Amino acid sequence: MYDVVVIGGGVTGCMIARELSRYDIRVILLEKEEDVACGTSKANSAVIHAGFDAKPGTWKAKMNVRGNALFPGICAELDVPYKNNGSLVVAVDEGEIKVLDKLMNQGKENGVPGLKIIGHDELMKMEPNLNPAAKAALYASTAGIVCPYEFTVALAENAAQNDVEFRFNSPVMEIMVQNDGFIIKTPHGAVKARFVINAAGLFSDEISKMAGAEEYTITPRKGEYLIFDKNFGHLVKRVIFPTPSEKSKGILVCPTVDGNVFIGPNSNDIKDKTDVGVTREGIEEIIEGGKKLVPHLPLSGVITSFAGLRAVSNTNDFIIEASRKVKGFVNVGGIQSPGLTSAPAIAETVIEILKEEGMDLIEKPGFVPTRPRKYRFREMDNAMRQKLIEENPAFGHVICRCETVTEAEIVDAIKRPLGAKSLDGVKRRTRAGMGRCQGGFCSSRVLSILARELKLDPRQITKCGPGSEILKGGYKEFIAEGDENKFLNAQDVESLSWKGGEASVM
Amino acid sequence: MLCKDLVIIGGGPAGLAAALEAAEQGVKDVMIVERDSGLGGILQQCIHNGFGLHVFKEELTGPEYAQKFIDKLENTGVEVLLDTMVIEITPDKRIFAVNSRIGVLEIQSKAVILAMGCRERTRGALNIPGFRPAGIFTAGTAQRYVNIEGYMPGKEIVILGSGDIGLIMARRFTLEGAKVKCVLEIMPYSNGLTRNVVQCLEDYGIPLRLSHTVIDIHGKKRVEGVTVAKVDENLKPILSTAEFIPCDTLLLSVGLIPENELTKMTGADFDASTQGPMVNQRMETSCEGIFACGNVLHVHDLVDFVTMEARLAARGAAQYLKEKDGSCRGTKVIAGEGLRYVLPHAVCVEKMLDEKLNFFMRSTRPMNKAKLVIESENGIVKTKMLSYLKPSEMINIELKKSEIEKAEGHLKFILQEEGVLQ
Repeated sequence: MYDVVVIGGGVTGCMIARELSRYDIRVILLEKEEDVACGTSKANSAVIHAGFDAKPGTWKAKMNVRGNALFPGICAELDVPYKNNGSLVVAVDEGEIKVLDKLMNQGKENGVPGLKIIGHDELMKMEPNLNPAAKAALYASTAGIVCPYEFTVALAENAAQNDVEFRFNSPVMEIMVQNDGFIIKTPHGAVKARFVINAAGLFSDEISKMAGAEEYTITPRKGEYLIFDKNFGHLVKRVIFPTPSEKSKGILVCPTVDGNVFIGPNSNDIKDKTDVGVTREGIEEIIEGGKKLVPHLPLSGVITSFAGLRAVSNTNDFIIEASRKVKGFVNVGGIQSPGLTSAPAIAETVIEILKEEGMDLIEKPGFVPTRPRKYRFREMDNAMRQKLIEENPAFGHVICRCETVTEAEIVDAIKRPLGAKSLDGVKRRTRAGMGRCQGGFCSSRVLSILARELKLDPRQITKCGPGSEILKGGYKEFIAEGDENKFLNAQDVESLSWKGGEASVM
Repeated sequence: MLCKDLVIIGGGPAGLAAALEAAEQGVKDVMIVERDSGLGGILQQCIHNGFGLHVFKEELTGPEYAQKFIDKLENTGVEVLLDTMVIEITPDKRIFAVNSRIGVLEIQSKAVILAMGCRERTRGALNIPGFRPAGIFTAGTAQRYVNIEGYMPGKEIVILGSGDIGLIMARRFTLEGAKVKCVLEIMPYSNGLTRNVVQCLEDYGIPLRLSHTVIDIHGKKRVEGVTVAKVDENLKPILSTAEFIPCDTLLLSVGLIPENELTKMTGADFDASTQGPMVNQRMETSCEGIFACGNVLHVHDLVDFVTMEARLAARGAAQYLKEKDGSCRGTKVIAGEGLRYVLPHAVCVEKMLDEKLNFFMRSTRPMNKAKLVIESENGIVKTKMLSYLKPSEMINIELKKSEIEKAEGHLKFILQEEGVLQ
């Protein structure tokens, strides 16, 4: 019998699990995918918002401002790169300037420090590549950027270190409510727990319904992104927003903590909660949107596109509450933007809710707030590199040349708590394959290292869990018996048709 | 810190030929730094034949072609550092590299030849819509899986782009028992060598669909199919022609990009068309004593020309080491109408290594018949009639030293299509 089961291994679920791991209780986290951060948490704007967007009094406003204040400390504790680079909401006409004033007042009411309106000249000095038509901007000094999957992985690793159990490939199929708790059925067996935290993201409405708790709906709202080569990492320094609309904060031009710049997201409500396909229209839309902020986008430097889904609840606010219908069931749903920023504050709130619901939470003495050391070869100086290679020669073997990721880092990503099991798992932990060649060079090498370390046949290695195997078969496996001579004629023709004079290509 | 006369970055066909030539020219302290565990670069996985007709007058496979150089290298005293990745180079030719045996190496070289090759364009660079499942490979990555690792990355394959590696892989996959459903090319003409279209597609009955592209990728975990469509003259998909093709793999052969991340650190001037550094007649970049050759300079279609270019770079480096002269630019070379680029970008006549110089260029579009005009400020230097031109097949023109000497101001290359209104 577990004390708490957390459903969902996104940033919200992992943050809650990590905070629960401070206490002397048994906690398990169930995740339907093969790894944490496989849904909304891996594909979003990665912005730590200041907190002026949300209407005062909403969960979003409260959690955002508190989360923003907690974020740098947690990142420092878990060795997750965090950059407090500030944000700008840019206005291009008088009407928009009025919106800036409104946003600033709203921010002040929400308790956001460090807000000020900046005029055209200062703005252009701060961001020379910005549209010269920009008239003014709302500057928020407390905004920042983080890598959302690295942050989520770090939380999960730390939770696992502090004895939270994780069960992957385990979608919840049924929730049975009993007198003393819940039985939660997954394809890998049932789990019994006193409390359920529903942090199932896009599927939290379905989980709530499964338990017979309050009904609400989650609509997936797609956002598409284009990400640029690090060569263009200087394009903007701060998070650049347009003046927001009712529906979203608009299409950003924004640096990432790892040194790229992205544009996006657009905002389209869709039906399918698994539809993370990028569309032609979407790409055009975000390019057009991005150009309004930065007219000269280096479009030839796009290295990849992706789409993420926001979990939008019918209340249009976060739902953070203990069920009044089902004792012991806590809903944490509708965590759309600013969900990443809010995660630390949401976890705090959930702890309070559990206490109110009668849970005894006693801090355990052995809690370790840090995670095992993380090595980032590309960021080290040469003296440090030398020292590490002397200790472990695998640090001298560069596997991903675009991002300078070494074999030692990849092996570490596999062997860490909740280690990587797939190419994407390695990618999210090390950045191998995230550079300009998008794994063209290193993916076959990473696949070999995964097979070696996990003692699997290379054909079993996946991109992102069962069903996404990279290789379809072995050498000669597809040649049916009797087929060996099928192309003999074709080859004869080839040698006959050879005229010489030209050599072949690679 | 190590001190070397000449460091060659990259041990593929360009680096190998440069090293051998440098040794033959009497350059003493030569070192190749190679990140892979063996020499030969991409040739190691190019197990098809057709290499070496210009250089060796015989038909070799990629590994055989590379081995000819590797064998000769043994008695030259050229030092080879394998499994070693260069991570930094400074304009004054200081190189930082890492490997497992030594750690971080610092090498001060008197001259450097950049021979890092190229990488493949990816799906991201094309903005192909759809999901991002397993089963999308660049042709070269697939080639490595099949020819080096011994695994089949796909069974039912659609190939986007008719670049040569894609064509070669269409045949390779077919011979390995996979089904290649078609090769799609967005342009109205193939981007590979004509002989590869004939020998890799036509001989195996694989359809080449020109003016077609992929407009959607289906499958959340693994590719389940692609939607393809015809494109109009502006290369925009015509949605009414959309058609679903089931497949488990999408292979991309949509171009190669010179791998110039290190070159950029030297501050050398770049050519936006080739995406490589600008070089003079001895393949020297605008950064004195730093030379470039092979696919890092511009993407070649024939390895034989890589070899020739690398030899020129090595002789240039030898000349530089001997005479300690700077990166002289002399006469500027301009790619005019009808041409994407011309190499070299400048000629310093007094430093020419031979009595003649070869110029390499690519046309902007296919032309059945065209007149190449080379002019300077004081008139036409040379004209030549050319036929059956394709952007994928490099044009090679030789000019005599006496012809270049006469040219004033610049050398401008223009390609005038014959039989059409200009």
